[in-house]
Amino acid sequence: MGKQNESSFHGLHSEWKSWRKLLVLLCILGGLAVGSIRFPLNFDGKDRVSDSCEGELVRHFNVSKSQLHALASLYSDSEKIASLECTKELGPGPSTTDRISCAMKLMCSKKQELMDEDETALQNSISDASSALVSMLVDNTLQTSATVVYAYASGMMERCWWMQASKEFPSVVYGYVFGTMKRCWWILAGVGCLCLSVNLIPLTTWWKKQFLTVFFCGGIALSFYTFWSGSREFHSRREETLASMCDERARMLQDQFNVSMNHVHALAILVSTFHHGKNPSAIDQKTFGEYAERTSFERPLTSGVAYALKVVHSEREQFEKQHGWRIKKMESDDQALVQDCIPEKLDPAPVQDEYAPVIFSQESVAHIVSIDMMSGKEDRENILRARASGKGVLTSPFKLLKSNNLGVVLTFAVYNVPLSPHATSEQRIEATVGYLGASYDVPSLVEKLLHQLASRQTIVVNVYDTTNASAPILMYGTDVAEDMSLFRASNLDFGDPMRKHEMHCRFKQKPPEPTSAIDSSTVILAIVLLVSYICNAAINKIEKVEEEFREMTQLKVRAEAADVAKSQFLATVSHEIRTPMNGVLGMLQMLMDTELNDKQIDYAETAHRSGTELISLINEVLDHAKIESGRLELEAVPFELRPVLDNVFSLFSGKSSEKGIELAIYVSDQVPQVVIGDPGRFRQIITNLVGNSVKFTHDKGHIFVSVHLADEVTISPVEVQDPVLKLSFGLAQDTSSKPYNTLSGSLVVNRWKSWEHFKILDRVDIGDSSTIRLLVTVEDTGVGIPVDAQSRIFTPFMQADSSTSRMYGGTGIGLSISKRLVDLMGGEIGFVSECDVGSTFSFTVCLRKGELSSLDAKGQHCDATPVEFRGSKALVIDQKCIRAEVTRYHLERLGISVHIASTLKAACCFLSGGVTSGASAPVGLSMILIDKDVWDEEKDVSVHRFLRDPSGNGIVEFEADLPKIILLATAIAPDERHELKLAGLIDDVLMKPLRLGGLMVCLQEALGSGKKSRVRRKKPTNLQNLLRGKHILVVDDNVVNRRVAQGALERYGAIVTCVCSGRAAVELLEPPHKFDACFMDRHMPEMDGFEATRHIRARETQINEQLASGEVSIEKYGNKPCWHTPIMAITADVIQATSEECRKCGMDDFVAKPFKEEQLYNAVARFFESSGQSG
Amino acid sequence: MDVLSQLRHQLADYTNSLHRDGFLDDQFSQLQQLQDESSPDFAMEVVSLFFEDCQKLVTNMARALELQAVDFKQVDSSVHQLKGSSSSVGAARIKNLCVAFKTCCDSQNRDGCMRCLQEVNRECVLLKNKLQTLFRLEQQIISAGGSIPM
Repeated sequence: MGKQNESSFHGLHSEWKSWRKLLVLLCILGGLAVGSIRFPLNFDGKDRVSDSCEGELVRHFNVSKSQLHALASLYSDSEKIASLECTKELGPGPSTTDRISCAMKLMCSKKQELMDEDETALQNSISDASSALVSMLVDNTLQTSATVVYAYASGMMERCWWMQASKEFPSVVYGYVFGTMKRCWWILAGVGCLCLSVNLIPLTTWWKKQFLTVFFCGGIALSFYTFWSGSREFHSRREETLASMCDERARMLQDQFNVSMNHVHALAILVSTFHHGKNPSAIDQKTFGEYAERTSFERPLTSGVAYALKVVHSEREQFEKQHGWRIKKMESDDQALVQDCIPEKLDPAPVQDEYAPVIFSQESVAHIVSIDMMSGKEDRENILRARASGKGVLTSPFKLLKSNNLGVVLTFAVYNVPLSPHATSEQRIEATVGYLGASYDVPSLVEKLLHQLASRQTIVVNVYDTTNASAPILMYGTDVAEDMSLFRASNLDFGDPMRKHEMHCRFKQKPPEPTSAIDSSTVILAIVLLVSYICNAAINKIEKVEEEFREMTQLKVRAEAADVAKSQFLATVSHEIRTPMNGVLGMLQMLMDTELNDKQIDYAETAHRSGTELISLINEVLDHAKIESGRLELEAVPFELRPVLDNVFSLFSGKSSEKGIELAIYVSDQVPQVVIGDPGRFRQIITNLVGNSVKFTHDKGHIFVSVHLADEVTISPVEVQDPVLKLSFGLAQDTSSKPYNTLSGSLVVNRWKSWEHFKILDRVDIGDSSTIRLLVTVEDTGVGIPVDAQSRIFTPFMQADSSTSRMYGGTGIGLSISKRLVDLMGGEIGFVSECDVGSTFSFTVCLRKGELSSLDAKGQHCDATPVEFRGSKALVIDQKCIRAEVTRYHLERLGISVHIASTLKAACCFLSGGVTSGASAPVGLSMILIDKDVWDEEKDVSVHRFLRDPSGNGIVEFEADLPKIILLATAIAPDERHELKLAGLIDDVLMKPLRLGGLMVCLQEALGSGKKSRVRRKKPTNLQNLLRGKHILVVDDNVVNRRVAQGALERYGAIVTCVCSGRAAVELLEPPHKFDACFMDRHMPEMDGFEATRHIRARETQINEQLASGEVSIEKYGNKPCWHTPIMAITADVIQATSEECRKCGMDDFVAKPFKEEQLYNAVARFFESSGQSG
Repeated sequence: MDVLSQLRHQLADYTNSLHRDGFLDDQFSQLQQLQDESSPDFAMEVVSLFFEDCQKLVTNMARALELQAVDFKQVDSSVHQLKGSSSSVGAARIKNLCVAFKTCCDSQNRDGCMRCLQEVNRECVLLKNKLQTLFRLEQQIISAGGSIPM
């Protein structure tokens, strides 16, 4: 059962352990999970910031959510995070917030208006408004706020165009976030699986490792995938950003160009209206120049405008005459507007079909007046195309001399009549009267545009004329760009279908490292590595622990097997040793019976004694082995406690008186007379303890055994009723008085301490009232146990130290056996010991209360307490209270009432007082028991004499009536004893230890010799009474033995039948039969005694069962309800094994061969006493 | 000193010598104590039974030991019987002999057994003579009108 407990405990333990492990792992994983979730979220702080901003904005400015989303996306899109963060930082400051909110509100209201207006107006107003705001905020020196607001304003503009694109952005952001989250969940799921596989699922280590490897590889792959997808997203976003920025810029440029073109167109219409429509013309060079100069703010990008008239060759002369100058030719083909040359130096234009001399020009380009535009190749083409299409056409870019920038010339045809939009080119050519040209400075145009936009530093913008696809002409920008990887081309439509322009955008810097992708993948990698490492370590640890556990289990099994084998070996061997030892002892016994000289007898006796000791030692070992292997079973028979203790003491009385140690026994009157338990084992425990005490106590002091109920000491010591307990407690309280108030006057240890650790005493009640708990205390004044040895004295074969065994002998197994026996009896054992003071051992046992009658019925009642002393009175003179109490206990067992006097003087007072007052006490006093110590102390013989003759008259009236004086002594020299007796001072000497039997005999002798002889005669008479008329069967194959047995039994009046074989006995003992008992020899040919007994018992059991079930009538079997013929073995060897064997096969007892009267009596008395008494 | 006391003295001496020489032990005294008015010749009866038994057993053993293949088991059981009987009557020397005899049997020592058997035979005869003398003395005492002290 212990083993089972152990395993279940182990199971529980390991289960708990695994749970704890799991818990720790979960904690770690939880931490990791939280970290990994938080980390990516922090990565997406951008989005969070925009979210929080969004909330704030919604609260503060009542802006619709979709607008804000668009706005936010624009911010993040165009990498205006810094500005946004500024907003956030500035958030808490109330003044700034107000200012920004004011600006915002303004913007919002503006925006509302703008919705209805057309694009151009919108752009203007926003530009104005933003510039106004900027100036206002700059005044307030709030540079950051200004930047923010400006950025916002630009954002608003962008928003108008990029609503669609930006609407898509949040979903992209969310997608990214969810993607990251999803990866986290993947990791968590993987970790979970791993945990399960490591801890819960009973997989083999190999599988766990496979799982781990898969997890590890998966984790690494996931990490790389995260990096790859993250960087891809990063790149695509960058690309998108570039595209949107490029497109945005292209469109702006285009629009600005268009606006400017419209103005030129308007100017053309103006010329047509006021120059050609009026006659005479309302415009001359001066008017035109002034007007053009004053409206140049409308065309901020044109360097100048000029008007050329269409002049056919036939009208040339007239024209020249009219204007007073010659039409001049352009100097070179590719330089249309030559500003630095002087027109007068130019050659007149060669003869052509048609000319286009400039008549009006802006003042800035006044030098080109009179130059024939048709003479330049580019301009000619331009003019031709313009008049044919009716739209503005552009030249290919060329270098403007003045600014040294590349420029283009825009040409509009001026018609004299309004033309329908569907007019043919011939009609248009026909209606053409002149051409209005404007030169555009492309680089400054683009420069200006880019200047309006933030983040112009981040991208490089190039504008190309790609009319000739194979050789694009660079109009603006440089080729220098660090990052060539990303490229975006946006088409520009300047209203001229013939010309194609493109804007190329690149990032200035190389792309930054995709940190978010690197970070998240690193985190994932770290988690994976960490988790893998932990799991790997855990798996290895588990493997190791499991391996160790397996080893331990094996070792445990082996150890247990070895232990069992050891116990079995011990049991077997000690049993086997006993058999030959019995032979040795028997032979020695026989040897001693032969003729030997004194020396030989001494040798033989020594050998025999040693053999006996060896046998007892072997018995002890056997006991120990039996207990260890769990084969010892306790009996539960009723027995008398006090005689058992008396018996133990009779064993040690010789030894103790040799050593001069006082032995005393005391049993509390609370202890019932008869208890149910195992008397043999109970006796063994006490014998062990007392034996130890005797062994370790030298020449002085005492050994005191007391038996109490455990309940007597559970109450507080003050309330203790029992005198011995009370005295010992008082002693413990006061150790100063000398000589000590103990049995012998020597110092003893405090016995109360020896049981203070007992758990059983704390238990209030076991519930069953028939259960009693005995507390037995053995107190000695021996050498004590050294403190360092106290912990191991209950360990088998362990003595206080190895020198002990040399000095005192013994194996040290006794205490171990005692402890185990006490454990078996449901008790506890404890002790307290001090060196040179002594030891006190206490133990408790659980027994059941027995009835006196149950004892009688079993026929084990050996000595009935004689009634002859009942009612007598005794005076005990002893200075030691405890000793006096012990004496009182023994006397009271005999029914004698006791008075105690502590000194002789007190006794004299008591006696004389009784005489003078005539009180009844001294009159009825039948004995005085004086301790020898008291006797020796009082040297005055007169006192001694006074006791003998209290009346002092010297006349011995009736000797028989006088109280008998008995001296109690531990050791007394025979001479002294004789002397005292002769002097007539005492009647007898009673040797201690006091025992009921000894006391009884002594008192009987002292009180009347006649009784003594009667007692002695009692037994044979009893035997005769017992056996008279009994039918006894003697079974023996040996005729001589048979005859002797017959003779012996017949002498006591038995009717003896003899048979010579077991078979005959079985036949004769077939119920119903007349025999009351059967003596059976063990060894018989054909059927030996054991077998015969087995047959007989089997038959009896069969018949008893039949009787019990009513199958056969009881009359048929002699009216006996239960058949059990006492069968006693007759055997020559009386070793223990035989008696065990006898009982085993159903025999009741055994008698040694040849018959001895006393033994025979004892054997048969058990069976016949009760019936004999009743009959 | 009358004849009776003389005889008694003689008997006591003789009994003592028998005990002293180890022919008899306490058991024989016990046996003697068992005889009373109802069975006055109990001891003699038992002793004669013993000798009959002895004779029979000795013959058995002698026959067994003469055979080629000695059945030591049978001899052993006879020795056991003899030992039991001898201890019952208190024939101490025969009993002790039987112990030695048994050892010889256990070791299957044929020569030892033969020797023991002869010794047992001799002892039996010896004891028979001694006891006959003893009983004769007792008879004499009884016939002289005395009783045998116990």
